[in-house]
Amino acid sequence: MTQDTAALPPLNISPELIQQHGLSEEEYQQILKHLGREPNLTELGVFSVMWSEHCSYKSSRVHLKRFPTEGPQVVQGPGENAGAVDIGDGLAAVFKMESHNHPSFIEPFQGAATGVGGILRDIFTMGARPIALLNSLRFGELDSSQNQHLLKGVVSGISWYGNCIGVPTIGGEITFNDIYSKNPLVNVFCLGIVKKDCLLRGLAKGEGNQVLYIGAKTGRDGIHGATMASGSFDDASEKKRPNVQVGDPFLEKLLLEACLEFLEQDLLVGIQDMGAAGLTSSSCEMASRSGTGIELDVAKVPRREPNMTPYEILLSESQERMLLVAQPGKEEAVLGVCRKWGIDAAVVGKVTDDGLLRIREGDQIVAEIPANAIAEGAPRYERPSAPPQYQELLQALNLDMLPDVKDATDALLQLLGSPTISSKRWVYRQYDYMVGTNTVVCPGSDAGVVRLKGTGKALAITTDGNSRYCLLHPYMGGGLAVAEAARNVVCSGAKPVGVTDCLNFGNPERPDIMWQFIMAIEGIADACRAFDVPVVSGNVSLYNETNGLSIYPTPIIGMVGLIEREDHITTQWFKQSGDIILLIGETREDIGGTEYLKVLHSREQGMPPWLDVEREQAVHHCVLTLIQKGWVESAHDCSEGGLLVTLAECCLTHPSTPLGAKITLSQERLRFDALLFGESPSRIVITIKEDNFTQVKQCIQDMGSKVPMSVLGQVTDTNQLTVTVQGEHSQNVRHMSWPVTELADRWHNSLEQQLGIDQSS
Amino acid sequence: MGKKRHDPLNIGIIVFPGSNCDRDCAHVVSEVMGHAAHLIWHQERTVQGMDAIILPGGFSYGDYLRTGSIARFSPIMEAILEFSNQGGLVLGICNGFQILLEAGFLPGAMLRNTDLSFICEDTYVRVENAATPFTHTCKPGQILKLPIAHAEGNYYADPVTLSALQATAQIVFRYCDKDGHATTTSNPNGSIDNIAGIRNAQGNVLGIMPHPERCAEEIFRNQNGHLIFESMLISLLGKTSLAV
Repeated sequence: MTQDTAALPPLNISPELIQQHGLSEEEYQQILKHLGREPNLTELGVFSVMWSEHCSYKSSRVHLKRFPTEGPQVVQGPGENAGAVDIGDGLAAVFKMESHNHPSFIEPFQGAATGVGGILRDIFTMGARPIALLNSLRFGELDSSQNQHLLKGVVSGISWYGNCIGVPTIGGEITFNDIYSKNPLVNVFCLGIVKKDCLLRGLAKGEGNQVLYIGAKTGRDGIHGATMASGSFDDASEKKRPNVQVGDPFLEKLLLEACLEFLEQDLLVGIQDMGAAGLTSSSCEMASRSGTGIELDVAKVPRREPNMTPYEILLSESQERMLLVAQPGKEEAVLGVCRKWGIDAAVVGKVTDDGLLRIREGDQIVAEIPANAIAEGAPRYERPSAPPQYQELLQALNLDMLPDVKDATDALLQLLGSPTISSKRWVYRQYDYMVGTNTVVCPGSDAGVVRLKGTGKALAITTDGNSRYCLLHPYMGGGLAVAEAARNVVCSGAKPVGVTDCLNFGNPERPDIMWQFIMAIEGIADACRAFDVPVVSGNVSLYNETNGLSIYPTPIIGMVGLIEREDHITTQWFKQSGDIILLIGETREDIGGTEYLKVLHSREQGMPPWLDVEREQAVHHCVLTLIQKGWVESAHDCSEGGLLVTLAECCLTHPSTPLGAKITLSQERLRFDALLFGESPSRIVITIKEDNFTQVKQCIQDMGSKVPMSVLGQVTDTNQLTVTVQGEHSQNVRHMSWPVTELADRWHNSLEQQLGIDQSS
Repeated sequence: MGKKRHDPLNIGIIVFPGSNCDRDCAHVVSEVMGHAAHLIWHQERTVQGMDAIILPGGFSYGDYLRTGSIARFSPIMEAILEFSNQGGLVLGICNGFQILLEAGFLPGAMLRNTDLSFICEDTYVRVENAATPFTHTCKPGQILKLPIAHAEGNYYADPVTLSALQATAQIVFRYCDKDGHATTTSNPNGSIDNIAGIRNAQGNVLGIMPHPERCAEEIFRNQNGHLIFESMLISLLGKTSLAV
C-alpha cells in the first residue's frame, strides 16, 4: 500500500448517508472545501461527530462570548477540559458542570453513571484531585411510575459511580415538573484541587512527541453518542439504548490515581479525556489548541472486540480512556505507572507539525483531515430568534382574579410536601457525601462546604436554577439563577469566586427556543458581571425535545465560593433558643412563577420576581460582613416557597434538635400570600445572639438604605412555629401555628411517600 | 511496645486498587494524631517496621465480585497474616472489615444491606467491649456517633459462630439508638444482633463498619472516632496517655 491519501478507498457519498450522519447539505459542502476532495466514510464519521451540536457548540458558540470570563482569580477560563480559579495558598480550584440528559432518559442508571465519570475525568485530566461532586436533576412529577423509575435509576447510577471512585457527592438540587417527563435532566458538577503551577492542559505540543492511549479498551459502545445527544427524541428513542455507554468506576479510580502520579513525576506534555466523540475529539482538540498535527495508528489502539473498523475505533465512546502526550524517553515511565495500576496503555502515535489529523491502520492511511478544520473550523450558526407568541400570555397574571390564600396553615404543609421543596434525604443518603473527610456541611443546607486541608479555608459550592422563572422571562430567570447561587454560597460564609454553567434548552432550530437561549445567556452574563464573578467553564445541551415538545429553558448555575476561615462556615438551621431572627432584604408582591402558584393554584404563569442586582449584591455584602464579624448563628436564603417555607426549614433542618420560632410579620400593603409564600429575591433570614443585636443593627445601618432589615422574631425551644401577621389596621391580626414535628414529618417524608417507599424498613 | 515518648509510631495503611479511604486514615494518623502514616501498596510483601496496620475503606477491585473477595489474594495479605499472628494490631474499616472476613482473620460474612441500597449517614453504636486495644479509652457501654457508608454491611454469622462471638466478648460495637438501645429500627443494614464491629479471639484484630476516621476532628463537631485511633495508639505506646 502506498501512503498516498489518494489511495483512500473511494466511496460514493450519497445524500442519505450525509443525512444519516446528522450533517446538512451546506455542512457537507464545507467539508468538501476543507478537504479539497470527497471524504471517505471514516472522515465523514469524524466530521459528523465533531460538527455535532454536542461537540462543536455550533448554535451556541457565538452567544457564549457574552459571558464575562476574566478576573484576577482566573487561572484557566473556558476552552479547556475545565476552568480554574486561584484560591490562595498556591492552590487552584478546578471545576466544571456537564449534562448527560439524553443518555439518562434512554438508560437512567448507566446514563447518569457515565455522566459522573465524564465530569470527573474533565477534572483530573487537569491534574486536580476531585474533592466534590454535585448534581442538578429534573424529572417529571412522581405520580407516574415512569418518572419514579427514572429518578431511582439516575440516583442509583450517580451513587454507584461516585461512591466507588471515592469522591463525595456533597449537594445539588432536584425539581419536578411534567415538562421533564420525556426529557429528564442530569447535570453533574465536579470540583478538584491542584497546585496552581501544576495545572495540566489538553495540549499536543512538540513535533515528535509521543501520543499514548491509556485506560479501557475500545469497544463498539457509544458510537455516535454525541450525534444522538444532538438530536431530538421521539417515541422510538428507546431503540437508541445501544448508543449509551457503560461505566466502570473502578477503572476510573485507577486512571485517576495513575494520572495524578504522572503529574507528580512530571511525565506529560498534555492530556485529554476521551469523552464525547472519543479518540477523534481528544486528538483533534489537542492538536488544534497547539497548532500541531497528530498521527495515530488505530491498529495500536487496545481493542475489546475483533474486526473493528477505523470508523468504529475513532467514533467509539467507550468510557474511561485518556489520550496523553509525552516527550520521547518518558513514555516508558508512563507505561510503568500504568502497569502498576493495571491499566492498558500503548503508544499509538506522534505529534507532527503539519496540522493534520492523520489516521493510519498499519501502513495504510485511512483518514487525513486538517485538525483545525474539524475542531475550530466547525460551522457557527447565528440561528434566527424571536420571542414566542405565547410569551405575553404566559406573563399575564391578573392578581385581582387570583383568590388570596385562605388557609395558610394548610398551604405551608402542602408546600413542604411538594417534592421540589421537601427533603431529598432519600436521595443523598445513597451518596457517600463524607469520603475524603473534607465535607464540613453535608447535603441539606444552602450549599455544600468542603474544607481545604492544611489551609484553614473552605469552599462553598452550590448548583441552582429555576426553569419556571426562565420560561416566563428568560433574561430574568438567568439572572435569578446566578443570584440564588451566589446567595446560597454567601449564606454558607463564602465570597463567590467562580461560575460554571450547564445550559439545557430545546431545539435551537426553533426561533422561540433560540430566543430563550440568548435571553437567558444575557441574564446570566449581566448578573455575573454585576456580582463580579467570572464564568470559567460550562456546557450546552440543546435539542432537549421529545415529540416536538421542548423542556422549559433550564440554565443551571454552579457557583464556587471561598470561605476565608473555617469559623465563618455557617449553616441554615436555627442554633439555639433566644436568638433573634432577622430578615435581610425586603418582601414585595412577587407571586408570578412561584412554587405556591403551582402547588396551590396549579398555575405556572406571571412575571417572575424582579431582580435588582444592586440590592442583591448589597444583601450579600451585608450578610457576609456579619458572618465574618462572627455575629451570625444561622443564615438561610428565601427561595422556592417564600419566607414561610424558609422559616419552617430553619426550624426543622437542625440535624439533632429542631427548634421553634415566634414570628411577627407586618402585612403592610402586600397580599397575604405574597407576604408568606412570594419569592422576592435578595432575601436572607439570619439569626443572631440577642446580645449582639445592637451592634448588628448599627452595622447594617452603616451600610445604607440598600439593605433593608427587619426583626421577624425569636427562636424558641418549644415545638411550635407561630406566626402573627399584623394587617394594615391594628385590629386586623391573624395568628397561625404549627407543631414543628408536624412540619418536619411532612418535609422529611414526602419524597419517600411519593415513591411508595416504606420508611419503616 | 516500649517506644520512647517522642518516637512517632509507624502505622501502615494498605492501598488496594480501589481503596478510597486510605488517604483519609493517613490524614488522621499523621495530621491529627501526630504519628507516621505509611501507604503500603498491596503488591508489597512485607509490613516490616510497622507498629500497626489499617485496612481502609473503599471499593477494592470495584466490589464487582463479593466485597473484599479479590483483595484477600493480594500479596500483602500474607505479610499481614504473619504480622497479626505475632500479635500485631490490625484495624479493618468498612471495606477493610469486609476483606478481613474474606481473608479469614475474622469469622462471618457480609450481605447486602436489607434495603439493598447504599447508606451514608450517622449511626450510633454502643461499645460492648471497652477492654480491647481499640476501645480502651471508651467507657464500657459508651454510645458513639459514627458515620456509615456502605452497601454491604449486613453482617452475618451462623448460630454457632454467633454464640461464640457473644460468649467471648468478641462483639465490640452494636448499632443502637441515641439512648443506647440496640433495636431493630436503630439497625441500619439488617446486621445480625446489631453487630457493627467484632474482634478476633486473640483481640488484636478489629473489623468495624462505621468510619472512625470521618469524625476524629473538631471541625466535624463529632470527635467520637478519635477514641478508636487514640486507643490503638496508646496500646502501642504501652502508656496510659498518648505521648506525642
